[in-house]
Amino acid sequence: MSTNITLLVVMGVLFAVGIYLLLERSLTRVLLGIVLLGNGANLLLLSTGGRLGKAPLYDAGLAAEEYSDPLPQALILTAIVITFAVTAFMLGIIYRSWVISHADVVADDDEDLRVGQQSPFDFEEDSPIPEDTTEFDGEETLPGSDTKTKTETKTDPGEARA
Amino acid sequence: MLLVLFALFAVAGIAPLIFRKLGRSTFYVLAAVPAAAFVWLLANFPSFTTAQQAAASGEPNAPPSELHSWIGPLNTHLDFRMDALSAILCLLVLGVGALVLFYCARYFKSEDANIGTFGAQLLAFAGAMFGLVTADDMILMFIFWELTTILSYLLIGFNRTRMSARRSALTALMVTTFGGLTMLVGLVMLGEAAGTYRISEIMAKAPELVAMGTFIDVAIVLVLVGAVSKSALVPFHFWLPGAMAAPTPVSAYLHAAAMVKAGVYLVARLAPGFNTTAFWEPMLLILGLATLLIGGWRALKQHDLKLVLAYGTVSQLGFLILIMGLGNANAALAGMAMMLAHGFFKATLFLVVGIIDHKAGTRDLHQLSGLYKSSPVLFVVAALAAASMAGFPPLFGFVAKEAVYEALLEYADGNGVLGALLACGVVLGAIMTFAYSARFLWGGFATKKGLAPTAFPKVPALFLAPLLVLTVATVALAWVPRRMLENNIAPYVGLFPTAEHPIHLGLWHGFSPALGLSVLTMLAGTGLFLAREKIFAFQSKVPALLDAERDYKHLLNGVDNFAIWLTGRTQRGSLSFYLVVILTVALVVPTAFSIWFTTPAPGNFIAFDTPAQLVIGLIIVIGAIGAVQADRRFLAVLMVSVTGYGMAAIFALQGAPDLAVTQLLVETIVLVAFVLALRALPVEIWSKNPTGHRLSRALIGIGFGASMVYIAATSMASRVAEPISLAYPELAYTGGAGKNIVNVTLVDMRAWDTFGEITVLAAAATGVASLIFVRGRGDFRLRAADVATGSVDLGSEAIGSHGRSKAGLAVARSFARSPRDSWLVAGHTLAPERRSITFEVVTRLLFHTILLASLYLLLAGHNTPGGGFAGGLLAGLALTIRYLAGGRVELAESTPISPGTMMGVGLGLASLTAVAPLFLGLQMFTSAAIEFTLPLFGTHKFVTSTVFDIGVYLVVIGLVIDVLRSLGSEIDERSEGRSPTDLHDKISDADTGVGR
Repeated sequence: MSTNITLLVVMGVLFAVGIYLLLERSLTRVLLGIVLLGNGANLLLLSTGGRLGKAPLYDAGLAAEEYSDPLPQALILTAIVITFAVTAFMLGIIYRSWVISHADVVADDDEDLRVGQQSPFDFEEDSPIPEDTTEFDGEETLPGSDTKTKTETKTDPGEARA
Repeated sequence: MLLVLFALFAVAGIAPLIFRKLGRSTFYVLAAVPAAAFVWLLANFPSFTTAQQAAASGEPNAPPSELHSWIGPLNTHLDFRMDALSAILCLLVLGVGALVLFYCARYFKSEDANIGTFGAQLLAFAGAMFGLVTADDMILMFIFWELTTILSYLLIGFNRTRMSARRSALTALMVTTFGGLTMLVGLVMLGEAAGTYRISEIMAKAPELVAMGTFIDVAIVLVLVGAVSKSALVPFHFWLPGAMAAPTPVSAYLHAAAMVKAGVYLVARLAPGFNTTAFWEPMLLILGLATLLIGGWRALKQHDLKLVLAYGTVSQLGFLILIMGLGNANAALAGMAMMLAHGFFKATLFLVVGIIDHKAGTRDLHQLSGLYKSSPVLFVVAALAAASMAGFPPLFGFVAKEAVYEALLEYADGNGVLGALLACGVVLGAIMTFAYSARFLWGGFATKKGLAPTAFPKVPALFLAPLLVLTVATVALAWVPRRMLENNIAPYVGLFPTAEHPIHLGLWHGFSPALGLSVLTMLAGTGLFLAREKIFAFQSKVPALLDAERDYKHLLNGVDNFAIWLTGRTQRGSLSFYLVVILTVALVVPTAFSIWFTTPAPGNFIAFDTPAQLVIGLIIVIGAIGAVQADRRFLAVLMVSVTGYGMAAIFALQGAPDLAVTQLLVETIVLVAFVLALRALPVEIWSKNPTGHRLSRALIGIGFGASMVYIAATSMASRVAEPISLAYPELAYTGGAGKNIVNVTLVDMRAWDTFGEITVLAAAATGVASLIFVRGRGDFRLRAADVATGSVDLGSEAIGSHGRSKAGLAVARSFARSPRDSWLVAGHTLAPERRSITFEVVTRLLFHTILLASLYLLLAGHNTPGGGFAGGLLAGLALTIRYLAGGRVELAESTPISPGTMMGVGLGLASLTAVAPLFLGLQMFTSAAIEFTLPLFGTHKFVTSTVFDIGVYLVVIGLVIDVLRSLGSEIDERSEGRSPTDLHDKISDADTGVGR
């Protein structure tokens, strides 16, 4: 099958520019990048259909090879509409991001950064534990734990337990 | 056998319910289960021991077994077998289990938190141990093995409010699970090499397996790692003293009698076949001896009675594994005796500690004093058990230890210096055992100078009873006729080659070297005990040689630190960083592959199909580059639109009219959506360039684009098969009854794809609505009659001060008041300065025409360019024009049906065409053509897939309406509340004039 250089080059440019914009911080430019990527992908599909042919409208006199390939066209058609839906959704996100933070940029995720900066010290794992030579002195009082009342005393634990 | 297993687990399952009724007395009910099983075991003991021990299950005269197939392809079956070794271990598991459960009934209070689940877990633990020692399938054994690990985790962590309990439980879980998983690898290696996972068959095949060499050597080492970790040998020994955070009955059962014996059991099970593998002896003897000595040394240092016992247990486990590891008949006999003895005296001692803690409120030997007077019975019990542990005659511990000495001396005889060293080490360990036994007894019961006698209430008989039973066993087993004992162990011992000088169990063997060693042990042990102050001082000065607990902590901290470091390196929180990583991989990998593997060189190039294609291609490229260069938001959007319209032109040239129409419509609506959504944002696309890295981003982009070109060209050159789509024209016409092949593909041949797609559209539309409305979809419908004239979009348009605008405004105002103002339903609601009479008139003229055209596209789409997508978009465009001309009230008036309902109906219609054929016995989405004749219109053909297309049409319209309502109407309404100047600044600059 033939390879159409024009279509391929245009596709390459759309991909290159789309990726470049996708890597931006400005949400609007990210969205524009996605739209361009979508166009590039559609061109890719189209060029796999091969050489220019007749519009795929059935004509009893035409051999199957003489039509433009209808399968990529069907795929592209759905892709176009899906890109529209995705674009609308992204626009909603951009608007919301603007309303909430008055910013149109993809900010660094604080939570992600915090994960990398946390201290390796973990209270549950690393805090020292006082020595403990009995099970019968009531419960440890830790912050947050539902503490029970200390009923036993060390002088007369037998009575309390019996 | 299975009945016992079932009963243990079943009663465990309902135990919490019984606890609700009976409180702590439930423990008696629970104890009855293993007790009954124990009786069953004793009654049937001969049938287990008289069978041919070496026979694989299923062979004649093999020990009783129950074989049920389970997972055939994995060679894993529910095989159980009770031979002599299993039976001896079951004595401990069931007997001690019953006694400990009995003891619990007085140890706990009915009000203790989680007592019900605790009882269930303890009984289930007995079940798991029973399953472990009777399983005749390695995978089944592993399952029970891990079950004991998990149950032990839960039992150690019983005191959930104590951090020490939680942490120790986790440590035990980590260490033993690590060992368990290592063991699993070894078991699988063993099973695959043997071609069976049935333990008895593997043991029968052992000689040929051992002959396989290194593979089996390694497999056995891996299995032994499991045994060593479970039995708390160096370097895993630290988890066991930590596990003392468990309630004392748990310690008595799990950490003295049952769970830790699982490792000993495994060694004993494998020893007859695999003790000659390369690493068996070095591993078990070295680790066993090291554990024996380290445990004993540490035990001398402890002042918590329970820790004295815990380190003592560590020491004894090393001792047991060492003996079992020797792998000869004498050692096997001595080892089994020692294991029984240890189970009895160690359980007793732990239960003693439990009573002391319960009654005195402490286990600290520096605080306890005078207990031998206040509780003489307890003292006698403890003294007998401790004496048995120390190897003092005439108790079972002494009998076992004598046997061990004899076996060891015989081994030393044949193994030169190393054997002698081993014997010396063991004697040293026994001396320390004697010393810490004495220390335990002294610490728990002696009257100490300067300490008032500890208050100690009377111990109830029921509380003491289990200890008495165990003590009776400790004493009586030393005196039963030795034949009786030996005969029951002998079948297991018989698995080893017969010893040259067989040893015997007994109190008196005459003046033998072993007796000499025993006397030496007692004397030196007494000395060591008397010198305890000095030893203690010495121990405090010398830093621990091997602190595995510290190393374990360092290891864990190291893992934590590494995880944090790695996360910090990779999880930067920057979306672009993640994308760069993903894209670089996506760029490098396929390119590398297509270069690496021979791919056909791209060829058969043509420059372009038509010259126009080249021109449009250039325009698209210019648009794309313009989008990068543009610094104003709407300029960038327009530039992208240029590429979009260019795409439509390319489609038109490429023989794709459907695509051209759809692209054109989508591009227009998208442009409107962009303007509507972004009008509130600043004009500049950014205040400053925050990203940097322009060059690297450009490189990635260009690299990606170039590799896509290369991959596309290569893949086109690689085509070898006929395209599937060559059949489409015929299929479409005859099968789908339509001439527009693309449309038939969408609604018929690939209807599933399209169905999925419209579902996505509905989801996206709902997403847009939720993002803007936040709460609900805003289905409330505004009516023009309810809105005051000239009230909508007030201040959204600048009121010019110069002449022309003023004049225009005056006209608009009079127009608003005109009685013949009915071009649009809601036109009058708009603020006068926002209105455009031309636009309203044009809209009025065009709207219905466009709608009609959209219906035409929809219905004719089956045969000519068009279809549901194009039709729906065109109808959406008509609504867009109305919204732009008449404002949000106009939009509300023109869409009486909410977009949610519309999409729902659309999806419903599509589903109907999918499902309806099923009722006619056809496949989903089967279409049919119906011909009919109408007067005037002539003969027509209706294809059922058109109904599907109508569904698509409705969903697309719903999507467009949702976009208009959200990004248009709702944002209008939100903007109105703001000060006009504020809004004006933002909007008049931002507005590019499109659609306004």
